[in-house]
Amino acid sequence: MASTDSTQTGGGRAHIPRRTLRTDRWWVGPLLTTLGLATFVVYATLRVFQQDHYWVPEYHYLTPFYSPCVAQQCAPEAALFGRLPVEFPPLVPYALVSLPILLLFRLTCYYYRKAYYRSIWLSPPACAVREPHRAYTGETRPLMRLQNGHRYFFYAAALISLVNTWDMLIAFFHGTGGGFGVGLGNIIMLVNVVMLWTYTLSCHSCRHVFGGRLRSFGTHPVRYWMWSRISTLNNRHMLYAWLSLATLMITDAYIALIASGTIEDLRILN
Amino acid sequence: MSERVFRVWRGSGEGELAEYRVEANEGEVVLDVLHRLQATQTPDLAVRWNCKAGKCGSCSVEINGRPKLSCMTRMSVFDEDETVTVTPMRTFPVIRDLVCDVSYNYQKAREIPSFTPDPEKSPGDFRMWQEDVQRQQEFRKCIECFLCNNVCHVIRDHEENKEHFSGPRYLMRVAELEMHPEDTADRRLIAQDEFGLGYCNITKCCTDVCPENIHITDNALIPLKERVADRKYDPLVWLGSKIGVRPKDTPPVPNVGSHSDRT
Amino acid sequence: MPPTAEPEITRYTYDVVVIGAGGAGLRAAIAAREQGKRTAVISKSLFGKAHTVMAEGGAAAALGNANAEDEWRVHFRDTMRGGKFLNDPRMVELHAREAPERILELEYWGALFDRTPEGKISQRNFGGHEYPRLAHVGDRTGLEMIRTLQQRVVALQQADAAELGDPEARIRVFAETAVTRLITEDGDGEGPGRIVGAFGYRRVDGGFVAFEAPAVILATGGIGKAFRTTSNSWEYTGDGHALALRAGASLINMEFVQFHPTGMVWPPSVKGILVTESVRGDGGVLRDSGGRRFMFDYVPDVFRSQYAESEEEADGWYDDPANHRRPPELLPRDEVARAINTEVKEGRGSPHGGVFLDVSSRLPAEEIRRRLPSMHHQFKELADVDITAEPMEVGPTCHYVMGGVRVDADTAASDVPGLFAAGEVAGGMHGSNRLGGNSLSDLLVFGRRAGVGATAYLDGPGDRAVPRQTVDRVAREEASRALESLGRSDGENPYTLHTELQETMNDLVGIIRRGPEMERALERLDELGERARTLSAPGDRVYNPGWHLALAVPNMILVSRAVTAAALERTESRGGHTRDDFPDMSPEWRRVNLAVRADASDRVALARRPVADIPAELITVFGREELAKYLTKEELPDAGAADDAAEEDQS
Repeated sequence: MASTDSTQTGGGRAHIPRRTLRTDRWWVGPLLTTLGLATFVVYATLRVFQQDHYWVPEYHYLTPFYSPCVAQQCAPEAALFGRLPVEFPPLVPYALVSLPILLLFRLTCYYYRKAYYRSIWLSPPACAVREPHRAYTGETRPLMRLQNGHRYFFYAAALISLVNTWDMLIAFFHGTGGGFGVGLGNIIMLVNVVMLWTYTLSCHSCRHVFGGRLRSFGTHPVRYWMWSRISTLNNRHMLYAWLSLATLMITDAYIALIASGTIEDLRILN
Repeated sequence: MSERVFRVWRGSGEGELAEYRVEANEGEVVLDVLHRLQATQTPDLAVRWNCKAGKCGSCSVEINGRPKLSCMTRMSVFDEDETVTVTPMRTFPVIRDLVCDVSYNYQKAREIPSFTPDPEKSPGDFRMWQEDVQRQQEFRKCIECFLCNNVCHVIRDHEENKEHFSGPRYLMRVAELEMHPEDTADRRLIAQDEFGLGYCNITKCCTDVCPENIHITDNALIPLKERVADRKYDPLVWLGSKIGVRPKDTPPVPNVGSHSDRT
Repeated sequence: MPPTAEPEITRYTYDVVVIGAGGAGLRAAIAAREQGKRTAVISKSLFGKAHTVMAEGGAAAALGNANAEDEWRVHFRDTMRGGKFLNDPRMVELHAREAPERILELEYWGALFDRTPEGKISQRNFGGHEYPRLAHVGDRTGLEMIRTLQQRVVALQQADAAELGDPEARIRVFAETAVTRLITEDGDGEGPGRIVGAFGYRRVDGGFVAFEAPAVILATGGIGKAFRTTSNSWEYTGDGHALALRAGASLINMEFVQFHPTGMVWPPSVKGILVTESVRGDGGVLRDSGGRRFMFDYVPDVFRSQYAESEEEADGWYDDPANHRRPPELLPRDEVARAINTEVKEGRGSPHGGVFLDVSSRLPAEEIRRRLPSMHHQFKELADVDITAEPMEVGPTCHYVMGGVRVDADTAASDVPGLFAAGEVAGGMHGSNRLGGNSLSDLLVFGRRAGVGATAYLDGPGDRAVPRQTVDRVAREEASRALESLGRSDGENPYTLHTELQETMNDLVGIIRRGPEMERALERLDELGERARTLSAPGDRVYNPGWHLALAVPNMILVSRAVTAAALERTESRGGHTRDDFPDMSPEWRRVNLAVRADASDRVALARRPVADIPAELITVFGREELAKYLTKEELPDAGAADDAAEEDQS
């Protein structure tokens, strides 16, 4: 029978030099996340700075990347919420009001934080895989404390979702000959708005402010009901985060293709 | 019966992986094989375990690099010819072989201000509804296996953070108390300032390894972060505290330093 | 007080030392600390891992939340019936009266029980309880209890930190520490000497510890690890029973061991784990290796009229119980266990020594998942067995020992001055058979009483000083004895010896017992006891499980002797003691507790003690007809009084 001698107890941790003993392909997850996020960032950047092909006047399609369109250069009918009296210089997005809010809403989102902390900041790259940083302070330093403001970006993002909803609804009343009409563009915009709302409403901050903050649900049945519904949505917050990114890109790309005359909108009704 | 290759950490912190060839039967879990090693080859192999049914949380180790309960890891998840590597939890000091000194966790548990009912109430006075208690009941499924604290990179990769970070297990405990309908304390400020909630970057490894499938991040840590935001990062509350309408914060528990004389 | 460290042995001084950190131990420690006593809690495993966490069903307490009719007298009656009237009536009374208070106290300390629609603690039905009575938290009530008590200890430590500057000033938990010996003064010839301390070792580094303490509370749980198939964890090595015997205390009711009929026997990773009774209630059937549904052959005559005689009739019961008789799978636990045992012994068992429990061919997979979610999950996760697709292999599993240290009901004091016992290690409360749900409330009620009892003993008259020399001398003796197996290179392997002990107890003193088999078991135990003198454990003292087992095996052998001797002596069948050669229950034997004592060389001797009479004001809760089944003629109360009470009870 074999036995080992053990030296002093209360020593340190197990001295295992390898950063992980995991034998699976743990790097696949962060890699896919990085690719996914990068695709969106590159696409969105190109489009936002393009300052063109954002508006289909025949059917009143406005891409969400330019909504609300507030620059002086915006097509007047596209600017449903008015225009600023200044002409934007090149590379300044027409949707100057909404884009920073939406960006901050997603940057401070609990899911996206997980996604980029893991895949881009590698902190950690995967569970039980040592991170490459010497020191770690998490979200305790001044700049990082901005993350705690997620709820305020949520409030603002909800308002912008209303704007997107208005854009989507009004397009239904601009059929080919005027009046009610449905094209593939309308459907795509509708799906996009639904995804934006599911993403926005499934937000952890939303769940908190609508009921989660209470200590007692028994005495607040309505807020408990809302909290329960939001919790159900919240379970899939990650899924909605990715789906809404995808529908944003698809909606924008479809409208851009029509606006640039590359394709024709497929009309279903009028 | 088939023969498997096991690599098992032997010794203290400065130990090494020892290789064993050992029989494994159909339907067994890793802990069964470790027990067979004890009974047939190396009787002094140190393994901590109790119930062997996933209910006590004693047999936490890392198997092929992943934090697991050895009683809940079936041999059938490995290929026939796969080497199974079993090491102690990385975040805690090794006492010997697969057994760690987990006193860090008990120390952190003692720092959290306990359940504080209304002093006017007596046993039997509480009226709570199922929807009130079920949120915290999820957290109370916790079997204190400490796998979440072990996997959390805040302390796993940064020993120096241990002093200021209580780990997912105990931040979840704070969340549980903050959600208790009959509790009257307010631990939000100290959750951030003393227990290190700000270190948590919600990367969810605690949730991934939890053998009880508790949604630690989504249901405890993030709601606690939101509560801290209510208290610390809300402009109205901030204004209130400036003009003197201060919320009542529960102070940290005094002098809870361990008076342990353990060798 | 800072500990003094002698070369080998660390010494501590406490008022009360509680051995065991399960429900009873923690509750006792909290009680002693709340009375101002400096208290040590000694735990074989980490703090909060005790076997109590395995308890699923709930804690029985007549709160009357689910049914206002429920009250402590009804609980008293149910418990006495369950224990077949062998219980200590005073313990049963205290238990029934105080359980509700103990449960509400847990809630006040932060426990989150499931709720009724009115916002009170919900209560569930359980076998043997007349009304829904079990306060519960899903199927993890034991965990909730341990966690609450653990957190209560922490709260008390925080209070001490605030007041005295040291969290461990008045209550300290010694985790992963095992006690191997109680230290007593020499007896005065009339009875055992009083307690002055305890000696043990730290599992972590093998260091020895000696406690100077005038009062010790045993709360070490049960003895299940003496049996091959058990639902108990490794800690259940009968330490407290053995410590008490060696200190001069007596154990009662050791012959009563509860076997659950359906524990897993295969795969090995889940061997012994319980399969809940509701599997059978929901349609699961027992089959032998030939696929035959054998329970129809085992319906005893007394039950014949209530149970079905054909598969068709039995299958009709699940949907239409009014017009069909019950399937024989739902016979009482001991009947089912006996039947399974016979099938296996006669060679019709499953490959791994059980029988098949099949629900997969009885219900659609979806239905199984809906009705038995925790069972489905348990087998999927632990065993990789899909119970919707294949049968389980089950057999009787050792679950609980009703016997234990003989204690005074009110104070939990044993025969040894200064020694107290609570929980599974104490005997008397459950008589010959424990009702489900009564264990958790037992821990709370008598845990607290032990803490209060120890305090009263310390504050009472008489010498409570601890003679340091006695503690030193015994500690040194015990330390060198404990090290013997470590130094020995070519002795017995403790794992092998343990396995042989388990085989012996399982096969010869298991669920069905016969005189000649038990005589053989006693011989085998003598032989094992002899071999246990030469145990050898290679390696050093640091967390060495082989060494720890070597220190525990003699305890299990001693306790097994107590069980076997008592079981051989009791020539009747009652509750957790079934004699094939004496199948009937005897009113004469009901009046007798068998008390076991041990001598210096671990030999056991039996004495008969009378069972206390049920007090006159409580005997009236039973009808005369029922009492006549259990009591002798001269014990029966006046015909008139009992009958009046029975009528009242029905109204």
